[in-house]
Amino acid sequence: MTHAIELRDLHKHFGRNEVLKGIDLAVEPGQVVCVIGPSGSGKSTLLRCVNLLEQPTRGKVFVSGVEVTDPDVDIDAIRRHIGMVFQQFNLFPHMTALQNVMIAQQRVLKRGRREAEVVARENLDKVGVGAKCDALPGQLSGGQQQRVAIARALAMNPDLMLFDEPTSALDPELVGDVLTVMRKLAEEGMTMLVVTHEMGFAREVADRVVFMDGGVVVEDGEPAQVIGDPRQERTRAFLHRVLHPEE
Amino acid sequence: MADQPKTAEPARARLSPRKKQQISRGIQYVVLIVALVAVVLYADWGSLAQNFAKPEVAGAALPELFTVALRNTIIYAVGGFIFSFVAGLVLALMRLSQVRPYRWIAIVYIEIFRGLPALLIFLLIVFLPLALPGFEVPFGTYGQGILGLGLVGSAYQAEVFRAGLQAVPKGQTEAARSLGMSATRAQVTVVIPQAVRMVIPPTTNQFVALLKDSSLVLFLGVSGEYVELAKFGNDLASEHANATPIMVAGLTYLLVTIPLGYLASRLEGRKGRNR
Repeated sequence: MTHAIELRDLHKHFGRNEVLKGIDLAVEPGQVVCVIGPSGSGKSTLLRCVNLLEQPTRGKVFVSGVEVTDPDVDIDAIRRHIGMVFQQFNLFPHMTALQNVMIAQQRVLKRGRREAEVVARENLDKVGVGAKCDALPGQLSGGQQQRVAIARALAMNPDLMLFDEPTSALDPELVGDVLTVMRKLAEEGMTMLVVTHEMGFAREVADRVVFMDGGVVVEDGEPAQVIGDPRQERTRAFLHRVLHPEE
Repeated sequence: MADQPKTAEPARARLSPRKKQQISRGIQYVVLIVALVAVVLYADWGSLAQNFAKPEVAGAALPELFTVALRNTIIYAVGGFIFSFVAGLVLALMRLSQVRPYRWIAIVYIEIFRGLPALLIFLLIVFLPLALPGFEVPFGTYGQGILGLGLVGSAYQAEVFRAGLQAVPKGQTEAARSLGMSATRAQVTVVIPQAVRMVIPPTTNQFVALLKDSSLVLFLGVSGEYVELAKFGNDLASEHANATPIMVAGLTYLLVTIPLGYLASRLEGRKGRNR
Protein backbone atom coordinates (compact mmCIF):
# COMPACT_ATOMS: atom_id res chain seq x y z
CA MET A 1 0.00 0.00 0.00
CA THR A 2 1.30 3.45 -0.82
CA HIS A 3 1.62 5.92 2.01
CA ALA A 4 -0.53 9.03 1.95
CA ILE A 5 2.55 11.03 2.88
CA GLU A 6 6.12 9.86 3.07
CA LEU A 7 9.10 11.95 4.05
CA ARG A 8 12.57 10.54 3.46
CA ASP A 9 15.60 12.09 5.10
CA LEU A 10 14.06 15.54 4.87
CA HIS A 11 16.39 18.47 5.50
CA LYS A 12 15.60 22.17 5.39
CA HIS A 13 18.01 25.04 5.93
CA PHE A 14 17.16 28.71 6.15
CA GLY A 15 20.53 30.24 5.42
CA ARG A 16 22.80 28.68 8.02
CA ASN A 17 19.91 27.76 10.25
CA GLU A 18 19.13 24.08 9.98
CA VAL A 19 15.45 23.70 10.78
CA LEU A 20 14.87 20.10 9.73
CA LYS A 21 17.72 17.67 10.30
CA GLY A 22 16.69 14.51 8.53
CA ILE A 23 13.05 13.59 9.03
CA ASP A 24 11.66 10.19 8.12
CA LEU A 25 7.94 9.97 8.53
CA ALA A 26 5.02 8.20 6.89
CA VAL A 27 1.31 8.85 7.20
CA GLU A 28 -1.08 6.13 6.06
CA PRO A 29 -4.35 6.86 4.25
CA GLY A 30 -7.11 7.63 6.74
CA GLN A 31 -4.69 8.30 9.56
CA VAL A 32 -4.76 11.36 11.73
CA VAL A 33 -1.25 12.30 12.83
CA CYS A 34 -0.65 15.16 15.24
CA VAL A 35 2.77 16.80 15.36
CA ILE A 36 3.61 18.43 18.67
CA GLY A 37 6.71 20.11 19.97
CA PRO A 38 8.15 23.38 21.23
CA SER A 39 8.11 26.46 19.01
CA GLY A 40 11.05 26.49 16.62
CA SER A 41 11.21 22.71 16.54
CA GLY A 42 10.45 22.66 12.80
CA LYS A 43 6.90 21.29 12.92
CA SER A 44 5.39 23.98 10.68
CA THR A 45 8.31 23.79 8.27
CA LEU A 46 7.81 20.04 8.03
CA LEU A 47 4.15 20.53 7.21
CA ARG A 48 4.94 23.20 4.63
CA CYS A 49 7.41 20.89 2.92
CA VAL A 50 4.62 18.39 2.20
CA ASN A 51 2.95 20.68 -0.35
CA LEU A 52 6.21 22.42 -1.18
CA LEU A 53 5.33 25.83 0.23
CA GLU A 54 8.86 25.33 1.48
CA GLN A 55 11.36 23.76 -0.86
CA PRO A 56 13.30 21.10 1.09
CA THR A 57 17.07 21.50 0.99
CA ARG A 58 17.58 17.75 0.80
CA GLY A 59 15.52 14.60 0.97
CA LYS A 60 12.34 13.47 -0.70
CA VAL A 61 8.64 14.00 -0.18
CA PHE A 62 6.04 11.61 -1.57
CA VAL A 63 2.32 12.22 -1.58
CA SER A 64 0.16 9.21 -2.53
CA GLY A 65 3.26 7.64 -4.02
CA VAL A 66 4.13 10.60 -6.26
CA GLU A 67 7.41 12.33 -5.61
CA VAL A 68 6.53 15.94 -4.90
CA THR A 69 10.18 16.98 -4.77
CA ASP A 70 10.76 15.78 -8.34
CA PRO A 71 11.52 18.99 -10.28
CA ASP A 72 9.52 17.75 -13.28
CA VAL A 73 6.34 17.20 -11.34
CA ASP A 74 3.36 19.56 -11.79
CA ILE A 75 3.18 20.90 -8.27
CA ASP A 76 -0.07 22.79 -8.90
CA ALA A 77 -1.77 19.53 -9.87
CA ILE A 78 -0.53 17.85 -6.70
CA ARG A 79 -1.56 20.72 -4.46
CA ARG A 80 -5.13 20.39 -5.72
CA HIS A 81 -5.33 17.16 -3.78
CA ILE A 82 -3.81 18.54 -0.58
CA GLY A 83 -5.96 20.84 1.51
CA MET A 84 -4.15 23.25 3.76
CA VAL A 85 -5.38 25.26 6.72
CA PHE A 86 -3.22 28.06 8.11
CA GLN A 87 -2.81 29.53 11.55
CA GLN A 88 -3.77 32.98 10.24
CA PHE A 89 -6.70 31.60 8.15
CA ASN A 90 -5.52 33.50 5.05
CA LEU A 91 -9.00 33.96 3.69
CA PHE A 92 -9.16 36.29 0.70
CA PRO A 93 -10.42 39.51 2.32
CA HIS A 94 -11.90 40.96 -0.86
CA MET A 95 -14.26 38.03 -1.37
CA THR A 96 -17.29 36.84 0.60
CA ALA A 97 -17.17 33.52 2.45
CA LEU A 98 -19.01 31.90 -0.44
CA GLN A 99 -16.65 33.36 -3.06
CA ASN A 100 -13.67 32.24 -0.98
CA VAL A 101 -14.89 28.66 -1.20
CA MET A 102 -15.88 28.95 -4.89
CA ILE A 103 -12.91 30.68 -6.46
CA ALA A 104 -10.42 27.82 -6.61
CA GLN A 105 -13.12 25.40 -7.71
CA GLN A 106 -13.86 27.68 -10.64
CA ARG A 107 -10.34 28.76 -11.55
CA VAL A 108 -8.46 25.56 -10.77
CA LEU A 109 -10.94 22.71 -11.14
CA LYS A 110 -12.84 24.61 -13.87
CA ARG A 111 -16.15 23.82 -12.25
CA GLY A 112 -19.11 25.84 -13.47
CA ARG A 113 -20.52 28.61 -11.32
CA ARG A 114 -23.60 26.68 -10.27
CA GLU A 115 -21.72 23.53 -9.35
CA ALA A 116 -19.08 25.50 -7.47
CA GLU A 117 -21.78 27.31 -5.53
CA VAL A 118 -23.58 24.09 -4.61
CA VAL A 119 -20.33 22.51 -3.41
CA ALA A 120 -19.39 25.69 -1.54
CA ARG A 121 -22.73 25.89 0.27
CA GLU A 122 -22.55 22.20 1.18
CA ASN A 123 -19.13 22.63 2.73
CA LEU A 124 -19.98 25.86 4.51
CA ASP A 125 -23.03 24.12 6.00
CA LYS A 126 -20.88 21.22 7.00
CA VAL A 127 -18.51 23.40 9.03
CA GLY A 128 -21.44 25.30 10.54
CA VAL A 129 -21.09 28.69 8.82
CA GLY A 130 -23.73 28.18 6.13
CA ALA A 131 -25.55 31.28 7.40
CA LYS A 132 -22.51 33.47 6.77
CA CYS A 133 -22.17 32.90 3.02
CA ASP A 134 -22.37 36.57 2.11
CA ALA A 135 -20.17 37.90 4.89
CA LEU A 136 -16.71 39.21 4.17
CA PRO A 137 -13.91 37.64 6.24
CA GLY A 138 -13.51 40.89 8.18
CA GLN A 139 -17.08 40.55 9.43
CA LEU A 140 -16.52 37.04 10.83
CA SER A 141 -15.02 35.90 14.11
CA GLY A 142 -11.71 34.06 14.05
CA GLY A 143 -13.44 30.74 14.62
CA GLN A 144 -15.84 31.37 11.75
CA GLN A 145 -13.01 32.47 9.47
CA GLN A 146 -11.04 29.34 10.22
CA ARG A 147 -14.07 27.16 9.48
CA VAL A 148 -14.58 28.96 6.17
CA ALA A 149 -10.91 28.24 5.45
CA ILE A 150 -11.51 24.55 6.17
CA ALA A 151 -14.55 24.59 3.87
CA ARG A 152 -12.43 26.26 1.18
CA ALA A 153 -9.92 23.42 1.36
CA LEU A 154 -12.60 20.71 1.51
CA ALA A 155 -14.39 22.05 -1.56
CA MET A 156 -11.44 20.87 -3.65
CA ASN A 157 -12.12 17.26 -2.57
CA PRO A 158 -8.63 16.79 -1.17
CA ASP A 159 -7.13 13.38 -0.46
CA LEU A 160 -5.46 14.73 2.64
CA MET A 161 -5.51 17.81 4.81
CA LEU A 162 -2.65 19.72 6.39
CA PHE A 163 -3.40 21.83 9.46
CA ASP A 164 -0.78 24.34 10.57
CA GLU A 165 -1.66 25.29 14.17
CA PRO A 166 -5.27 25.92 13.15
CA THR A 167 -6.42 27.10 16.58
CA SER A 168 -3.37 29.04 17.76
CA ALA A 169 -4.66 32.42 16.58
CA LEU A 170 -8.12 31.95 18.07
CA ASP A 171 -9.68 33.32 21.21
CA PRO A 172 -9.97 30.43 23.68
CA GLU A 173 -13.76 30.26 23.52
CA LEU A 174 -13.67 29.82 19.73
CA VAL A 175 -11.20 26.93 19.68
CA GLY A 176 -13.86 24.31 20.37
CA ASP A 177 -15.88 25.03 17.22
CA VAL A 178 -12.87 24.49 15.00
CA LEU A 179 -11.75 21.36 16.82
CA THR A 180 -15.27 19.93 16.51
CA VAL A 181 -15.13 20.35 12.74
CA MET A 182 -11.70 18.71 12.62
CA ARG A 183 -12.91 15.84 14.78
CA LYS A 184 -15.83 15.28 12.41
CA LEU A 185 -13.44 15.21 9.46
CA ALA A 186 -11.26 12.65 11.24
CA GLU A 187 -14.29 10.45 11.90
CA GLU A 188 -15.15 10.57 8.20
CA GLY A 189 -11.77 9.03 7.50
CA MET A 190 -9.90 12.07 6.17
CA THR A 191 -6.13 11.72 6.19
CA MET A 192 -4.86 14.53 8.38
CA LEU A 193 -1.46 15.87 9.38
CA VAL A 194 -2.00 18.37 12.16
CA VAL A 195 0.54 20.63 13.82
CA THR A 196 -1.06 21.59 17.09
CA HIS A 197 -0.69 22.59 20.71
CA GLU A 198 -4.09 21.11 21.61
CA MET A 199 -3.02 18.10 23.64
CA GLY A 200 -6.59 17.09 24.39
CA PHE A 201 -7.41 16.95 20.69
CA ALA A 202 -4.21 15.05 19.89
CA ARG A 203 -4.93 12.54 22.58
CA GLU A 204 -8.54 11.88 21.65
CA VAL A 205 -8.54 12.21 17.87
CA ALA A 206 -5.08 11.32 16.62
CA ASP A 207 -4.07 7.83 15.59
CA ARG A 208 -0.47 8.82 16.14
CA VAL A 209 1.37 11.61 17.85
CA VAL A 210 4.80 12.74 16.69
CA PHE A 211 6.94 14.79 19.05
CA MET A 212 9.55 16.97 17.37
CA ASP A 213 12.35 18.94 18.92
CA GLY A 214 15.38 20.62 17.39
CA GLY A 215 14.54 19.56 13.85
CA VAL A 216 14.27 15.82 14.51
CA VAL A 217 11.48 13.42 15.40
CA VAL A 218 12.10 12.52 19.03
CA GLU A 219 9.17 10.25 19.63
CA ASP A 220 6.43 8.76 17.46
CA GLY A 221 3.64 6.51 18.66
CA GLU A 222 0.12 6.08 19.94
CA PRO A 223 -1.29 9.21 21.62
CA ALA A 224 -1.88 7.45 24.92
CA GLN A 225 1.75 6.43 24.98
CA VAL A 226 3.45 9.59 23.68
CA ILE A 227 1.31 11.97 25.70
CA GLY A 228 0.39 9.71 28.62
CA ASP A 229 3.65 7.84 29.12
CA PRO A 230 6.45 9.40 27.06
CA ARG A 231 9.63 7.35 26.78
CA GLN A 232 11.97 10.21 25.98
CA GLU A 233 13.07 12.70 28.58
CA ARG A 234 12.67 15.60 26.12
CA THR A 235 9.06 14.64 25.43
CA ARG A 236 8.38 14.35 29.13
CA ALA A 237 9.89 17.78 29.84
CA PHE A 238 7.92 19.40 27.01
CA LEU A 239 4.62 17.86 28.04
CA HIS A 240 5.22 18.84 31.62
CA ARG A 241 5.72 22.47 30.55
CA VAL A 242 2.61 22.41 28.37
CA LEU A 243 0.31 20.64 30.79
CA HIS A 244 1.52 22.40 33.94
CA PRO A 245 2.55 25.83 32.66
CA GLU A 246 2.57 27.49 36.08
CA GLU A 247 4.97 25.22 37.89
CA MET B 1 21.25 78.47 33.37
CA ALA B 2 20.92 74.82 34.01
CA ASP B 3 23.51 74.81 36.70
CA GLN B 4 21.83 77.59 38.62
CA PRO B 5 20.55 76.35 41.94
CA LYS B 6 16.83 75.88 41.91
CA THR B 7 16.39 77.94 45.02
CA ALA B 8 17.63 81.13 43.37
CA GLU B 9 15.04 83.90 43.28
CA PRO B 10 12.15 81.90 44.61
CA ALA B 11 10.20 85.12 44.95
CA ARG B 12 9.90 85.70 41.20
CA ALA B 13 7.18 83.27 40.27
CA ARG B 14 7.76 81.48 37.00
CA LEU B 15 5.08 81.81 34.37
CA SER B 16 2.81 78.82 34.46
CA PRO B 17 2.67 76.82 31.20
CA ARG B 18 -0.91 77.87 30.73
CA LYS B 19 -0.06 81.54 31.11
CA LYS B 20 2.79 81.14 28.61
CA GLN B 21 0.44 79.58 26.11
CA GLN B 22 -2.01 82.44 26.45
CA ILE B 23 0.70 85.00 25.82
CA SER B 24 1.99 83.08 22.82
CA ARG B 25 -1.47 82.92 21.34
CA GLY B 26 -1.94 86.62 21.90
CA ILE B 27 1.27 87.38 20.03
CA GLN B 28 0.15 85.25 17.11
CA TYR B 29 -3.11 87.19 16.84
CA VAL B 30 -1.26 90.51 16.94
CA VAL B 31 1.07 89.43 14.11
CA LEU B 32 -1.87 88.29 12.03
CA ILE B 33 -3.78 91.53 12.53
CA VAL B 34 -0.74 93.66 11.68
CA ALA B 35 -0.19 91.66 8.49
CA LEU B 36 -3.83 91.97 7.47
CA VAL B 37 -3.89 95.69 8.11
CA ALA B 38 -0.72 96.11 6.05
CA VAL B 39 -2.20 94.17 3.13
CA VAL B 40 -5.49 96.07 3.24
CA LEU B 41 -3.77 99.46 3.46
CA TYR B 42 -1.03 98.97 0.90
CA ALA B 43 -2.69 96.83 -1.76
CA ASP B 44 -4.19 98.68 -4.66
CA TRP B 45 -7.54 96.92 -4.66
CA GLY B 46 -8.88 98.72 -7.65
CA SER B 47 -5.95 97.76 -9.81
CA LEU B 48 -5.94 94.20 -8.51
CA ALA B 49 -9.60 93.77 -9.34
CA GLN B 50 -9.05 95.32 -12.75
CA ASN B 51 -6.23 92.94 -13.59
CA PHE B 52 -7.23 89.69 -11.89
CA ALA B 53 -10.99 89.73 -11.60
CA LYS B 54 -12.50 91.76 -14.39
CA PRO B 55 -16.04 90.46 -14.97
CA GLU B 56 -16.19 91.40 -18.69
CA VAL B 57 -12.97 89.51 -19.42
CA ALA B 58 -14.12 86.55 -17.35
CA GLY B 59 -17.32 86.51 -19.35
CA ALA B 60 -15.35 86.31 -22.59
CA ALA B 61 -13.95 82.96 -21.41
CA LEU B 62 -17.39 81.36 -21.60
CA PRO B 63 -18.50 78.97 -22.86
CA GLU B 64 -15.20 77.71 -24.32
CA LEU B 65 -13.74 77.57 -20.82
CA PHE B 66 -15.83 74.47 -20.20
CA THR B 67 -16.67 73.17 -23.66
CA VAL B 68 -13.11 73.24 -24.95
CA ALA B 69 -10.53 73.96 -22.25
CA LEU B 70 -11.85 71.90 -19.33
CA ARG B 71 -12.92 69.14 -21.68
CA ASN B 72 -9.41 68.92 -23.12
CA THR B 73 -7.78 69.07 -19.69
CA ILE B 74 -9.89 66.09 -18.71
CA ILE B 75 -9.05 64.26 -21.94
CA TYR B 76 -5.31 64.73 -21.34
CA ALA B 77 -5.57 63.81 -17.67
CA VAL B 78 -7.81 60.76 -18.12
CA GLY B 79 -5.77 59.55 -21.10
CA GLY B 80 -2.53 60.01 -19.18
CA PHE B 81 -4.09 58.31 -16.17
CA ILE B 82 -5.16 55.21 -18.11
CA PHE B 83 -1.69 55.05 -19.66
CA SER B 84 0.03 55.36 -16.30
CA PHE B 85 -2.36 52.94 -14.58
CA VAL B 86 -1.68 50.14 -17.06
CA ALA B 87 2.02 50.86 -17.56
CA GLY B 88 2.46 51.46 -13.83
CA LEU B 89 1.02 48.06 -12.97
CA VAL B 90 3.22 46.35 -15.54
CA LEU B 91 6.29 48.24 -14.25
CA ALA B 92 5.45 47.36 -10.64
CA LEU B 93 5.14 43.68 -11.53
CA MET B 94 8.45 43.89 -13.41
CA ARG B 95 10.00 45.67 -10.44
CA LEU B 96 9.01 42.71 -8.21
CA SER B 97 9.76 40.04 -10.82
CA GLN B 98 11.99 37.07 -10.15
CA VAL B 99 13.67 37.79 -13.48
CA ARG B 100 16.51 40.13 -12.75
CA PRO B 101 16.69 42.03 -16.10
CA TYR B 102 12.99 42.94 -15.72
CA ARG B 103 13.75 44.40 -12.32
CA TRP B 104 16.62 46.44 -13.75
CA ILE B 105 14.56 47.79 -16.63
CA ALA B 106 11.78 48.81 -14.26
CA ILE B 107 14.18 50.44 -11.80
CA VAL B 108 15.94 52.42 -14.54
CA TYR B 109 12.66 53.57 -16.04
CA ILE B 110 11.18 54.58 -12.68
CA GLU B 111 14.29 56.43 -11.56
CA ILE B 112 14.62 58.34 -14.83
CA PHE B 113 11.03 59.43 -15.20
CA ARG B 114 10.61 60.31 -11.55
CA GLY B 115 13.89 62.15 -11.51
CA LEU B 116 13.33 64.33 -14.56
CA PRO B 117 11.09 67.40 -14.54
CA ALA B 118 7.85 66.64 -16.38
CA LEU B 119 8.39 69.80 -18.42
CA LEU B 120 11.61 68.37 -19.83
CA ILE B 121 9.75 65.27 -21.04
CA PHE B 122 7.25 67.48 -22.85
CA LEU B 123 10.04 69.47 -24.47
CA LEU B 124 11.61 66.22 -25.67
CA ILE B 125 8.32 64.98 -27.08
CA VAL B 126 8.24 68.04 -29.32
CA PHE B 127 11.51 66.86 -30.86
CA LEU B 128 10.42 63.25 -31.22
CA PRO B 129 9.62 63.53 -34.95
CA LEU B 130 13.17 64.79 -35.56
CA ALA B 131 14.72 61.87 -33.71
CA LEU B 132 12.49 59.29 -35.36
CA PRO B 133 11.87 60.39 -38.92
CA GLY B 134 8.53 59.23 -40.19
CA PHE B 135 7.29 58.54 -36.68
CA GLU B 136 4.24 60.36 -35.53
CA VAL B 137 2.49 60.06 -32.19
CA PRO B 138 -1.08 58.95 -32.96
CA PHE B 139 -4.02 61.24 -32.19
CA GLY B 140 -1.98 64.40 -32.74
CA THR B 141 -1.58 66.71 -29.79
CA TYR B 142 -3.89 64.55 -27.69
CA GLY B 143 -1.53 61.65 -28.25
CA GLN B 144 1.54 63.74 -27.46
CA GLY B 145 0.05 65.13 -24.28
CA ILE B 146 -1.16 61.75 -23.11
CA LEU B 147 2.22 60.23 -23.92
CA GLY B 148 4.04 62.85 -21.86
CA LEU B 149 1.70 62.55 -18.90
CA GLY B 150 1.70 58.75 -19.17
CA LEU B 151 5.47 58.44 -19.26
CA VAL B 152 5.86 60.47 -16.09
CA GLY B 153 2.71 59.22 -14.37
CA SER B 154 3.52 55.56 -14.91
CA ALA B 155 6.81 55.93 -13.02
CA TYR B 156 4.99 57.31 -9.98
CA GLN B 157 2.08 54.90 -10.33
CA ALA B 158 4.52 51.99 -10.50
CA GLU B 159 5.80 52.89 -7.05
CA VAL B 160 2.25 53.22 -5.76
CA PHE B 161 1.42 49.75 -7.09
CA ARG B 162 4.64 48.30 -5.77
CA ALA B 163 3.75 49.47 -2.27
CA GLY B 164 0.28 47.97 -2.69
CA LEU B 165 1.55 44.64 -3.99
CA GLN B 166 4.08 44.37 -1.19
CA ALA B 167 1.42 45.19 1.40
CA VAL B 168 -0.58 42.07 0.50
CA PRO B 169 0.47 39.47 3.11
CA LYS B 170 2.51 36.51 1.91
CA GLY B 171 -0.09 34.19 3.40
CA GLN B 172 -2.49 35.25 0.65
CA THR B 173 -0.23 33.90 -2.07
CA GLU B 174 0.43 30.78 -0.02
CA ALA B 175 -3.28 30.13 0.45
CA ALA B 176 -3.89 30.58 -3.27
CA ARG B 177 -0.96 28.33 -4.22
CA SER B 178 -2.02 25.67 -1.70
CA LEU B 179 -5.37 25.52 -3.52
CA GLY B 180 -3.52 24.62 -6.70
CA MET B 181 -3.44 28.04 -8.36
CA SER B 182 -0.39 28.77 -10.49
CA ALA B 183 1.81 31.71 -9.52
CA THR B 184 0.26 33.85 -12.26
CA ARG B 185 -3.28 32.82 -11.38
CA ALA B 186 -2.63 33.65 -7.71
CA GLN B 187 -1.35 37.11 -8.65
CA VAL B 188 -4.29 37.86 -10.91
CA THR B 189 -7.05 36.43 -8.72
CA VAL B 190 -5.81 37.14 -5.23
CA VAL B 191 -2.91 39.59 -4.98
CA ILE B 192 -3.55 42.24 -7.64
CA PRO B 193 -7.22 42.86 -6.74
CA GLN B 194 -6.24 43.44 -3.12
CA ALA B 195 -3.31 45.66 -4.11
CA VAL B 196 -5.50 47.76 -6.40
CA ARG B 197 -8.07 48.25 -3.65
CA MET B 198 -5.38 49.33 -1.23
CA VAL B 199 -3.92 51.93 -3.59
CA ILE B 200 -7.18 53.65 -4.55
CA PRO B 201 -6.52 56.70 -2.33
CA PRO B 202 -2.93 57.37 -3.49
CA THR B 203 -4.05 56.66 -7.05
CA THR B 204 -6.72 59.34 -6.75
CA ASN B 205 -3.98 61.72 -5.68
CA GLN B 206 -1.97 60.62 -8.71
CA PHE B 207 -4.89 61.56 -10.93
CA VAL B 208 -5.03 65.01 -9.35
CA ALA B 209 -1.30 65.40 -10.01
CA LEU B 210 -1.81 64.44 -13.67
CA LEU B 211 -4.69 66.85 -13.98
CA LYS B 212 -2.43 69.67 -12.85
CA ASP B 213 0.50 68.48 -14.96
CA SER B 214 -1.73 68.49 -18.04
CA SER B 215 -1.05 72.25 -18.03
CA LEU B 216 2.38 71.36 -19.43
CA VAL B 217 0.68 70.56 -22.72
CA LEU B 218 1.10 74.31 -23.21
CA PHE B 219 4.70 73.61 -24.15
CA LEU B 220 3.72 71.29 -26.98
CA GLY B 221 2.72 74.40 -28.92
CA VAL B 222 -0.94 73.50 -29.16
CA SER B 223 -3.64 75.62 -30.62
CA GLY B 224 -7.32 75.72 -31.41
CA GLU B 225 -9.32 72.68 -30.51
CA TYR B 226 -6.46 71.05 -28.53
CA VAL B 227 -6.12 73.88 -26.03
CA GLU B 228 -6.49 72.98 -22.35
CA LEU B 229 -7.18 75.16 -19.32
CA ALA B 230 -3.76 76.71 -18.72
CA LYS B 231 -3.09 77.47 -22.35
CA PHE B 232 -6.62 78.70 -22.82
CA GLY B 233 -6.32 81.07 -19.88
CA ASN B 234 -2.90 82.27 -20.96
CA ASP B 235 -3.98 82.97 -24.56
CA LEU B 236 -7.03 84.87 -23.45
CA ALA B 237 -4.96 86.79 -20.92
CA SER B 238 -2.55 87.91 -23.65
CA GLU B 239 -5.41 88.88 -25.88
CA HIS B 240 -7.02 91.11 -23.26
CA ALA B 241 -3.76 92.12 -21.59
CA ASN B 242 -5.45 91.04 -18.38
CA ALA B 243 -4.79 88.18 -15.93
CA THR B 244 -8.44 87.42 -15.21
CA PRO B 245 -8.65 84.41 -17.60
CA ILE B 246 -5.74 82.77 -15.80
CA MET B 247 -7.57 83.22 -12.50
CA VAL B 248 -10.69 81.77 -14.06
CA ALA B 249 -8.73 78.79 -15.37
CA GLY B 250 -7.27 78.34 -11.90
CA LEU B 251 -10.73 78.32 -10.31
CA THR B 252 -11.80 75.73 -12.86
CA TYR B 253 -8.90 73.46 -11.84
CA LEU B 254 -9.93 73.81 -8.21
CA LEU B 255 -13.48 72.90 -9.15
CA VAL B 256 -12.17 69.45 -10.03
CA THR B 257 -9.12 68.99 -7.80
CA ILE B 258 -10.66 69.93 -4.45
CA PRO B 259 -13.58 67.45 -4.64
CA LEU B 260 -11.14 64.76 -5.79
CA GLY B 261 -8.87 65.55 -2.85
CA TYR B 262 -11.81 65.12 -0.48
CA LEU B 263 -12.76 61.91 -2.21
CA ALA B 264 -9.23 60.55 -1.75
CA SER B 265 -9.15 61.33 1.95
CA ARG B 266 -12.61 59.81 2.44
CA LEU B 267 -11.53 56.64 0.66
CA GLU B 268 -8.48 56.57 2.87
CA GLY B 269 -10.67 56.82 5.97
CA ARG B 270 -12.92 54.03 4.80
CA LYS B 271 -10.00 51.76 4.14
CA GLY B 272 -8.76 52.38 7.67
CA ARG B 273 -12.07 51.29 9.12
CA ASN B 274 -12.55 48.21 7.01
CA ARG B 275 -9.21 46.59 7.56
